[in-house]
Amino acid sequence: MDSFSSPPSPARPEESVSSRKILLDAEQIDRMIRRMAHEILERNQGSRDLYLIGILQGGGALARRLASSLQSIEGSPVSLGTVDITLYRDDLSTKPSPPFLKESLLPESVDHKKIVLVDDVLYTGRSVRCALDLLMDLGRPTLVQLAVLIDRGHRELPVRADFVGKNIPTGRDEVVEVSLETNRESVALLRKETGKGTV
Amino acid sequence: MTDFLSSSHLLSIDDLSLDEMNGIFRTADSFLDLSSRTVKKVPSLRGKTLVNLFYEPSTRTRTSFEIAAKRLSADVINITTSQSSVVKGESLLDTVRTIEALGADGVVIRHPSSGVPEWISRRVGCHVINAGDGLREHPTQALLDLYTILKRKGGFTGLRVAIVGDILHSRVARSNIRALTRMGVDVRLVGPPTLIPRDMSGWKVTVEHDLREGIKGCDVVMALRLQLERATASFIPSLSEYARLYGISPSVLRFASPDVLVLHPGPINRGIEIQDEEAFHSHSGILDQVHYGVGIRMAVLYLLMAGQ
Repeated sequence: MDSFSSPPSPARPEESVSSRKILLDAEQIDRMIRRMAHEILERNQGSRDLYLIGILQGGGALARRLASSLQSIEGSPVSLGTVDITLYRDDLSTKPSPPFLKESLLPESVDHKKIVLVDDVLYTGRSVRCALDLLMDLGRPTLVQLAVLIDRGHRELPVRADFVGKNIPTGRDEVVEVSLETNRESVALLRKETGKGTV
Repeated sequence: MTDFLSSSHLLSIDDLSLDEMNGIFRTADSFLDLSSRTVKKVPSLRGKTLVNLFYEPSTRTRTSFEIAAKRLSADVINITTSQSSVVKGESLLDTVRTIEALGADGVVIRHPSSGVPEWISRRVGCHVINAGDGLREHPTQALLDLYTILKRKGGFTGLRVAIVGDILHSRVARSNIRALTRMGVDVRLVGPPTLIPRDMSGWKVTVEHDLREGIKGCDVVMALRLQLERATASFIPSLSEYARLYGISPSVLRFASPDVLVLHPGPINRGIEIQDEEAFHSHSGILDQVHYGVGIRMAVLYLLMAGQ
């Protein structure tokens, strides 16, 4: 989840949400992930040197799903990792207290790898900026691509995704909620209670 | 479950809940990964200034805070009081207010009088971190000792820890006793009667004067430094007798658990508290403590100072 402007966790108390509309169900999400896996393979001519890196929190589960999809198509496993971008956020000093860190898991070096950054929702693009800065501090990948399940618009930085599950136009007062938990997979659009509903 | 530190200073180990201590350990895990990276720096404290204000000599604590702050991209200023206006008679509070007016966001303070960091924290607006005050507290040392135990032993459940030596004059022991007993560790204090505090109310510890008896079956032996600069020598008949009765040596360690971990906060009086360390090298966690100390201090500085 692009957490800069979204609530801290998808499950917010009901009173702050005035409407909740399911946009995608488990079957549709599964088809999207398989299509994205095929696109990744097509663009990179196979899975050689591919390294999927999920941006925590929301990108971890999607990266795992994409990796298993890639493996079932190609027959060989692809490298998979996660990164916590908290230390690179540009809004840390505007908050009262920074959060404890989550452990990044990077089983191998990013040097000479084709990195596919994975996040569930692309929104302002600030999380991606953080992840790119972090990657450059980790080493020198051959190239970096971006895969997101949902592109909801409202970019604040010149960032675009290479692989998109679905473009969903949204208002700034809305929240895209992605759940990839087994048996509870869904993408929903929540409208926040904003008094008179001005945009 | 908390997600951040509730206090804006670190003055005592009691400022931290168990959740917060575990959060600091998780955060330190992430920071330790940094040392294997190409760029060993993160931008989280860019533009912030940390002042190390040390009224007592220190190598490892001051250097550790300095490295930690620099890896977080903070600017660091070291003030050693022997070369500062303190020798011209400037008061403690004036010194700290001057530092604050210069734009410091945080002050790491070590002082020979107990309670000074707390007193300062009530009078200035920046973050205050206690790096050792008198006989009272050294919270980051306790955190890094616990973290070293966690990394080497995998957890705290059922552990037996002996703290050996000059408990009376040790702020390291005071912080550790409280942190370890809160983690559920069985803590034993071992030392000559003159170096065991009289008032131990509130401490869930057992006391033993015989070293072999005291460390029997212990998973961790934490040797304390004999603080010769604090005239500790007048509390014991002679250094050589102390070394014979309370020095940690390979022959004594046979009484502890077979995979005992030996810790020492440093600097070591070699031949007194620790003898023949090469012979129990694989049991020593003393350099781990230094290494993990940087991760712990990065976690503390980040959690206190990266916010507003």
